[in-house]
Amino acid sequence: MNFWLLMAYSVSLGGLLFLLSSGFSLIFGLMRIPNLTHGSLFMLGAYIGATFIVWNRTNFWFAAILSAIIVAGIGAVIERFLLRFLAGKELAQVLVTLGISFMVSDLCLMIWTGDPISVNNPPGLDGATQILGFPFPTYRMAVILIAVVIAAGLWLLLDRTRLGAMIRAGVDDPQMARVVGIPVPWLFTIVFALGAGLAGFAGTVGSPILSVYNGLDQEMLPLALVVVILGGTGSLLGSLVGSFVVGVLYIFGQAKLPELAYFVLFLPMVLILALRPQGLFGRPTQ
Amino acid sequence: MSASRIAAGIALIVLATLPLWLTGVYYINVASQILFYAVFALGLNVLVGHAGLVSLGHAGLFGLASYACAIALQGHWDHSAAIVFALAVTLVGTAVFAFLSLRATGIGFIMITLAIGQILWGLAYRWIGLTNGDNGVSVPSRPSPFGISLVSPTNFYYATLVVFLLSVAAAAIFAQSPFGASLRGTRDQPRRMTALGYHVWMVRFYACLFSGLMSGVAGILFVYYNLFISPQTLALAASAEVILMVISGGSGTLLGPIVGAALVVIMKNVVSAYIVRWNLVLGAIFVAIVILMPEGLVPGTVRLWRKYRTATAVRDDAGLAPKVAEPKT
Repeated sequence: MNFWLLMAYSVSLGGLLFLLSSGFSLIFGLMRIPNLTHGSLFMLGAYIGATFIVWNRTNFWFAAILSAIIVAGIGAVIERFLLRFLAGKELAQVLVTLGISFMVSDLCLMIWTGDPISVNNPPGLDGATQILGFPFPTYRMAVILIAVVIAAGLWLLLDRTRLGAMIRAGVDDPQMARVVGIPVPWLFTIVFALGAGLAGFAGTVGSPILSVYNGLDQEMLPLALVVVILGGTGSLLGSLVGSFVVGVLYIFGQAKLPELAYFVLFLPMVLILALRPQGLFGRPTQ
Repeated sequence: MSASRIAAGIALIVLATLPLWLTGVYYINVASQILFYAVFALGLNVLVGHAGLVSLGHAGLFGLASYACAIALQGHWDHSAAIVFALAVTLVGTAVFAFLSLRATGIGFIMITLAIGQILWGLAYRWIGLTNGDNGVSVPSRPSPFGISLVSPTNFYYATLVVFLLSVAAAAIFAQSPFGASLRGTRDQPRRMTALGYHVWMVRFYACLFSGLMSGVAGILFVYYNLFISPQTLALAASAEVILMVISGGSGTLLGPIVGAALVVIMKNVVSAYIVRWNLVLGAIFVAIVILMPEGLVPGTVRLWRKYRTATAVRDDAGLAPKVAEPKT
């Protein structure tokens, strides 16, 4: 594999990771907890999407949006009916999300069995496109485009709308936000559902690249975690940069040092922790 | 105090005579498992209970010791050399682990330990040249300390019991010691501890080393018990299991992690005999305990017992009985 092809793979994985980790980062920024169900929500999105596409022959993009909506609903339920009980007890919330992730993983095993499901590229995006004389896989190019569009959409949402201003206020100072009348508990539900929906969408969009199998959750969660440690919590730009760094390290690591790929992936995290604990684009807490 | 002394004496007699009245290899093996998982849980409890630092990567340290021991034995090392090597590797590994994760406390600490645990799992899984990947590493034999072979389940049980009792003693001495007190101080009032002249980071660092060492001891017992180690031992689910042991029994107490270990091991053995969905049950218990009984079984029971005692005392002394302080959770 030549350098440019590896680069294309890295950037498309980075795009996928951005879809996953932007929600993770927003939830972390607002609710101050790492949502350990995020990998499970991604896997759930992949399974739901695959069910629609492979078994019901639904249009790929329709299935992706459908699974985003379903997973967003599941996220809203988790937030309102479990995490809400433990408001203010962050440690308990983390442990509950961990417990849920085990349950989701086992339920997926029950429903979809342990056999991996492979999903074909959506029609019209098969094969390769010639860019500057190199053949690039078309679907991966499309994933990059989707990630860019969603990044722009999220930026507009956070930077240009009233809801976005409230979310930013909640991220910066939840107590003050409450005092000035922003319904922070509602924001929690909205952001959690938004993050879950993005994870579910990413699951379906990623399924032709990664295929769908039990264990996808355990594979993706650490990646999202590293992205957020690298980029800083609650920062959209941070998750964007972090995603692409992790994408490059993961793909190149797997191609060049397959035995130590995991180690290569976590090395920059170690450096960042040692030199700049708040992440590249994060602000120091307190 | 005397009541708890008597209870401890009875527990000791029960544990020492267990193979005599508990017939059946299966039950003795379950008892051994409970004991070494209790050592592991006591080790994690140093951090979770006394330092207020929840580690989601401890299965990595446990597995590090197991792998180090197994790989040394594969290289035809002597048993004692392999054990010393495994403990040394675990200590060095824990030092790195602590150095990185103590950049943060609270949620940050959880995230970093989770990530480090995943690195160790990833190395065990992918570094096939060293760890044989998913196929795992087997251990040729159990050691024979003082000429007593540990091949039989009963002998292995007694060896585990000795290590367990030493670990309980170490954990008890630690909890009573000035070091234990200063560690709890860094948990509750880190700024005041700094003002009092304590090096908060260093206190936590030593606590991590102690915790890692106990996890390593448990990991060595684990690998000798199973005579096999695979990446599954280092998975996030394993870290979650030991957290569940600590918090279900009651973190910060001596008895809690032991009770929790017994609870989880017995449940795991019973549940897996009937259904294959252990992870589903693990997750459900996790959620239920965190929501319904966050303080754990042992402090919960102690609190109810004290409340009952105070209630009767109040009746007897017409309100003159001193209020019993609630145990800190």
